Amino acid sequence: MVKVVFFARIREQLGCAELDAEVSSLATLLATLKQRGELWSRVLSEPNLICAVNQVVFDGDDRQLQEGDEVAFFPPVTGG
Amino acid sequence: MKSLSSRQSPVGDSASLHVSVQESDFDTAQLQRALLSGDSAEGAVATFTGYVRKRNLDLAVETLTLEHYPGMTESSILDTLSKACERWPVLAGSVVHRVGRLSCGDQIVWVGISAAHRGDAFAACEFVMDYLKTRAPFWKKEEGPNGSRWLDAREEDTLKASAWE
Repeated sequence: MVKVVFFARIREQLGCAELDAEVSSLATLLATLKQRGELWSRVLSEPNLICAVNQVVFDGDDRQLQEGDEVAFFPPVTGG
Repeated sequence: MKSLSSRQSPVGDSASLHVSVQESDFDTAQLQRALLSGDSAEGAVATFTGYVRKRNLDLAVETLTLEHYPGMTESSILDTLSKACERWPVLAGSVVHRVGRLSCGDQIVWVGISAAHRGDAFAACEFVMDYLKTRAPFWKKEEGPNGSRWLDAREEDTLKASAWE
């Protein structure tokens, strides 16, 4: 099981802070999430969406996911 | 001081590093004193304090709510402090960043860097702020008389951070 977390505007738009998914790769996870509906498909297709795997930003197209991994999706950061 | 989370650099690092992400306000004088080694090694301390502005992008701001990614935020700031130590001879570095609901005029963030000389302290302090603004997972939501909005990342912040590369 992979833990998926959403932050800030992305969390509000999806109306979801966290969910679990049974997937073995990031590409499969994204495809599965986008199948949840038009809203999910649109929000998760945003070009500036940031993805982090186990709390490290991931820039690539795809990677394997292991049991217990944590995947996060969030908008560009605005702290400081 | 109530702290949501606090990180210290691993023992063995030459510089003493500290990160705290917290809801509570902070005392800059106390933070600056805590940065000092006690053996008078430092000749300079450069600090930066960020505040909630009453106007942003031509809109009035009443409250600012800051969200973060617990764990990743702290490790990302600690990584930035470590990068600063690789570039400048930093003696100690500390970052305190608030989260939750803040009001106009409230302190948001504090960065303190000590070094033997002022040039290194100034440069490292600015570097840490520039990196923090574009790397650390924090998000700001402003509320004012016209409603609420999540802030967008600013191009000039990205350019400023990439200028260090």
